[in-house]
Amino acid sequence: MVRRPQEYDDIPGTFVFDAERSRQGYGINMFCMSLMKEENRRAFKTNEAEYLKRFQLTDEQRDAILKRDYNRMLELGGNIYFTAKLGATDGHSFQHLAAVMTGSSQQDYAAMMLAGGRSVEGNRSRSGKDKHARGRGKGKSQAKSKSTAKRK
Amino acid sequence: MATIIAGVGSSHVPAIGAALDNGKTEEPYWKRVFSGFEKSKEWMAKTKPDVAIVVYNDHASAFSVDMIPTFALGCAAEFPPADEGWGPRPVPVIKGHPELAAHIAQSVILDEFDLTIVNKMEVDHGLTVPLNLLFGQPRHAWPCPVIPLAVNVVMFPPPTGHRCYMLGKAIRKAVESYPRDLRVVIFGTGGLSHQISGPRAGLINSKWDKAFLDNLSKNPKKLTRIPHVEYMREAGAEGIEMVMWLIMRGALDNNVEEVYRFYTVPASNTAVGHIILENRSRAGRRRSAASKGKQAPRRKTNHRLAA
Repeated sequence: MVRRPQEYDDIPGTFVFDAERSRQGYGINMFCMSLMKEENRRAFKTNEAEYLKRFQLTDEQRDAILKRDYNRMLELGGNIYFTAKLGATDGHSFQHLAAVMTGSSQQDYAAMMLAGGRSVEGNRSRSGKDKHARGRGKGKSQAKSKSTAKRK
Repeated sequence: MATIIAGVGSSHVPAIGAALDNGKTEEPYWKRVFSGFEKSKEWMAKTKPDVAIVVYNDHASAFSVDMIPTFALGCAAEFPPADEGWGPRPVPVIKGHPELAAHIAQSVILDEFDLTIVNKMEVDHGLTVPLNLLFGQPRHAWPCPVIPLAVNVVMFPPPTGHRCYMLGKAIRKAVESYPRDLRVVIFGTGGLSHQISGPRAGLINSKWDKAFLDNLSKNPKKLTRIPHVEYMREAGAEGIEMVMWLIMRGALDNNVEEVYRFYTVPASNTAVGHIILENRSRAGRRRSAASKGKQAPRRKTNHRLAA
C-alpha cells in the first residue's frame, strides 16, 4: 500500500484520485455508488457494518466510512463524486461535506465562498517550491486578465 | 457538407440545475448567475444550430468505477436524464443524432483517436445544465439533437489538453466530411476553477480563469501546453475539467470571433465561466455562399452582442 510519490502530492489539502487510488478505492466507490438505490440506502442505514460486508474494503476504509471521515476516505481511494452520495444518504448538503473536509463550520465555509472562495495564494504548494515555476508561467497572464474582471 | 459554426464554453455546476428545477432563478444569488446567460440564449435562438455536440463529463452517474472510458461518444437515438440521487432532472429526454455520431466515430478512430462508442447512456447535470443555460427550459423537447461526448476527468489522468485540442480538430474534420448540410455548434463544459474535495476545498482562482478565457479566445495553443499539475494547483483538483474546453476550441478556426463572455464567482463551490466563439466563415457557409456581402452585417450584430 505504499504510494509512489507524485508531483501533485505537493499540492496542499488535496488527494488526487489517480489510477493508484482508483485501484485501492474500488470498494469505497462501488459502495457509494450502491447508495443510488433506495433499497440499498435503507439496508445501509439499518445496519451499516453489516451492509459494508457486501464490499471489499480494508479495515481502514471501513472505519473511515463508519466514522464519516471524508478526508480519510479520499486518501484511501474514495472519489468525491462518489463519497458525496454517502453524504446525501445522510441527508447532508454538499456544502456541509465541504465544510467538514475543510474543518470549518458550514456558515464559515459558505461565507468564504460568497467572498470569492479560498485564495490560491499560500495554497499552491506544501514545499513552496512552485514559486519559481509560477513566476514563469503566470506572470503574463495575470497582468492580462485584469481587463476582464467582472465579478459581481 | 456539415459545418461547425461556433463553440460554446460553459460551466456545468449541478447547483445551477437545482436552482432551475426548484424555481430559484429570481433569488439575487442565482439571478447574478442566470443574468449572464440571457444574451447567450438570444444568441442561440438566433443561431438555431441543427446539431449540438456537447463535451462534458459524467459524475458517477452513467459510469461508476467499473468502466472509465477516456472519450465516450454517445451514438444512441436518445439519452435520458440520469437520476443523480434526487430523481432525474425534469428536463426533456435528449435526442441524439446517431447518423452523424456514427460518422464522427468512424472518422476520428481512423484518425487515431480510439474513443469508446456508447449506444446506451444516461446523461447527468454535466450535459443538461449547459443545455438549459443556452436553450432555456423547454418543456417537451430540446430544439436540436445533441451528441454527447463524455470525457474522463474524474480519475487522474484525464487526457492532456493537447490531446483534447487535437481531438477537436479530428471532430471538425469528421463533421466537414459528413455529406448532409448541417450547422453544428460544439460545447465545451465544466470548470472553471473549483476544488470540492479535501481540506483545500473552496479554492477559486479568478486570475487564472480569466487568463484561461483570454487564451482560449486568442491563443489556444498556449493552453495546450499546460500540464495537469498546473490545472490542479492553480484551478483546483476538480478545475482540471477545463481541459474539455480545448476539445471545443480545437474544433474551431485558429482565429475566431469572441462574441460573448461571462464570468462570476461563485455558484455553489465553483467559478462560473462562459464564452461564445464563432468561426468567421460561418455566415458564408450558412447562406451557401450566396454573396460575400451578406457576411459583414452579420458580424456587426455579433460585435454588439459582445459589447
